[in-house]
Amino acid sequence: MSTPTEELKPLAKKKKKVPFNYEPYIRGGKLPHIWCPGCGHGIVLKSLLRAIHTTGMSKDDIAMVSGIGCSSRTPGYVDFNTLHTLHGRALAYATGLKLAKPKLKIIVTTGDGDALAIGGNHFIHACRRNMDMTILVYNNAIYGMTSGQSSPTTPQGMISTTGRYGSIEPPFDTCQLAQAAGATFVARGTAYHFQELEKIIYEAILHKGTSVVDIIDACPTYYGRFNKYKTPSEMMEKIEKEGTVSVKQAEKLTPEELQGKFLRGIIHRSERPEYCEEYNKLVATVQAKK
Amino acid sequence: MQGNEACTEGAFYAGCRFYAGYPITPSTEVMEICGTRLPKVGGVFIQMEDEIASICAIVGASLGGLKAMTATSGPGFSLMQEGLGFACMTEVPCVIVNVMRSGPSTGFPTGPSQSDVMQAKWGTHGDHPAIVLSPASVEEIFHETVRAFNLSEIYRTPVILLYDEIIGHMREAITIPEPGAVEVINRVAPNCPPNEYKPYDNKLGDIAPLASYGDGYRFHVTGLYHAADGFPTNNTKMIEDAARRLLRKVDDNKERIWKNEEYFLDDAEIGIFAYGVSARSAKFAVRELRKKGIKAGLLRPITIWPFPDAAVEEMSKRVKAIIVPEMNLGQIVYEVERAAKGRCDVKGIFRVDTEPIRPIQIMDCITGAVLALSEAKNGAKPPVSTMTEMMVERDMIDG
Repeated sequence: MSTPTEELKPLAKKKKKVPFNYEPYIRGGKLPHIWCPGCGHGIVLKSLLRAIHTTGMSKDDIAMVSGIGCSSRTPGYVDFNTLHTLHGRALAYATGLKLAKPKLKIIVTTGDGDALAIGGNHFIHACRRNMDMTILVYNNAIYGMTSGQSSPTTPQGMISTTGRYGSIEPPFDTCQLAQAAGATFVARGTAYHFQELEKIIYEAILHKGTSVVDIIDACPTYYGRFNKYKTPSEMMEKIEKEGTVSVKQAEKLTPEELQGKFLRGIIHRSERPEYCEEYNKLVATVQAKK
Repeated sequence: MQGNEACTEGAFYAGCRFYAGYPITPSTEVMEICGTRLPKVGGVFIQMEDEIASICAIVGASLGGLKAMTATSGPGFSLMQEGLGFACMTEVPCVIVNVMRSGPSTGFPTGPSQSDVMQAKWGTHGDHPAIVLSPASVEEIFHETVRAFNLSEIYRTPVILLYDEIIGHMREAITIPEPGAVEVINRVAPNCPPNEYKPYDNKLGDIAPLASYGDGYRFHVTGLYHAADGFPTNNTKMIEDAARRLLRKVDDNKERIWKNEEYFLDDAEIGIFAYGVSARSAKFAVRELRKKGIKAGLLRPITIWPFPDAAVEEMSKRVKAIIVPEMNLGQIVYEVERAAKGRCDVKGIFRVDTEPIRPIQIMDCITGAVLALSEAKNGAKPPVSTMTEMMVERDMIDG
């Protein structure tokens, strides 16, 4: 069933270096995006589009659903069936849409506040149902859209506009929460490790069931400034590179060495009946009884 | 059958194939029956984690092309308000049933009321259109549920079916029409090529065809103010145009959406304006008063929002007073006052002890009003407010 650690296979053998053409996936005239200079969301989007491209899925068969926040503006820029909803509620809309049109591959782009605070209830129930959808949590540990308040993933002691003296609340670990709630694919990537992220998202999309990817990226405008990071690249180095270890590296490290570091890679993968398939079975059984 | 059951029959008749909800008294039967019946017809039923998720799920399903519904009561309806606004803003058809119970807060969950009639119109923030239907019998719940789906598809807006617990749990015999006997309106799909499709294109009118996700039309939907192509805009002119167009969809079609029943209103001297269960008591009162030679008549709005201004205005020109019985502490009475524009007296009969307003209350109020009017002729001032209170008091002692 569950495989706690996994190695990521390369997606394909590299041939000539042809620059990736993002154009077919970006909607004409909708750029520039709203993200600040140094924000990791653009890097995540690149990895996401590359991963989607590798799956070979038709744009008509992909629905991207989001809530409210910086990450939730992603669907507006990309050429899929796109739905930008209410704060925290993306997963509820996605659930209805998926059941109405099961052929759609649902990708939810959400943030730490959107998914884990206001949308926390929908998040755990989506994981529990195991409906086929990919949930990408752009986790920058702060509310960026509303200019820098504490979020459920803000580490203790870190400064925000609603935590001027440092946060005293213990943060959520997105992956632990998702796994405990029943998600059958749980992974973590960072904007810094963008190639690895592409592979993780690719695996997440192909996974049948609820897949959750916690994506650590930086908000230099608020989190960075409040917490005395000098540059966006310094944030990427300290938070995304030094603050994480791959699941493979982690095997060799002691618990003391792992202290304060996030695991990166596919953390959990298991098989469980997918919701839409179960519902179809139920319909077939009920109709046979008639 | 029961009112809540008739609601599901109406929904299935109208082609509803998606239900998402959360259990709450006194609307739960709607959900239970949907859960039993929808899988049989290949429809989708899902129990969500709360009412917020429920309304979001039906909007998601509607964008996937299914006719979708949820049902709730008081506290659940409060939770749905933001999602209701999203459906208005994004113009996604769906039906929300609110079986009214006593409030505020948990109130008296099994006790009926009519106290969500203003919330149904004004509950979600911002200016928005509202179509709210208020049936008064089990058979009418069936027909109004079908009409709710039809109006929702025609005007691309959520429609609320609002009835009190008494109507919801009342049992009456009804005839379910043969398929095709009652008109069912289905969504107009766009006929333009996908690359030319704009989900809010108003070139041909205020209501654009709505495509379904996954059918080749890769469009964008957002709760932000948006341009014709669905993408966010901060152009002030576009924002105003969109805001006005949303309201215009209903305002310009009021005559088509309005539906009233008039009962002995032609020659009435005293009019009653009543909806839902209170209208049933009012009807009884009209019959009894007519026997006594008092010319009473009833105007019963079946569409309660948009408010039937024209019908109330017409009534106010003919009658000397309008009595408004409602199971709250005064809500729709103020709309009646507004529409009557001082042409006649408007008096409310309010009751919130979770018992229905009895015919005797209405009759006493009207005989009192007739008395007051004749006294007014002789120069005395009619005792407007005290009378109603006295009547309610008396009835409570009696009952």
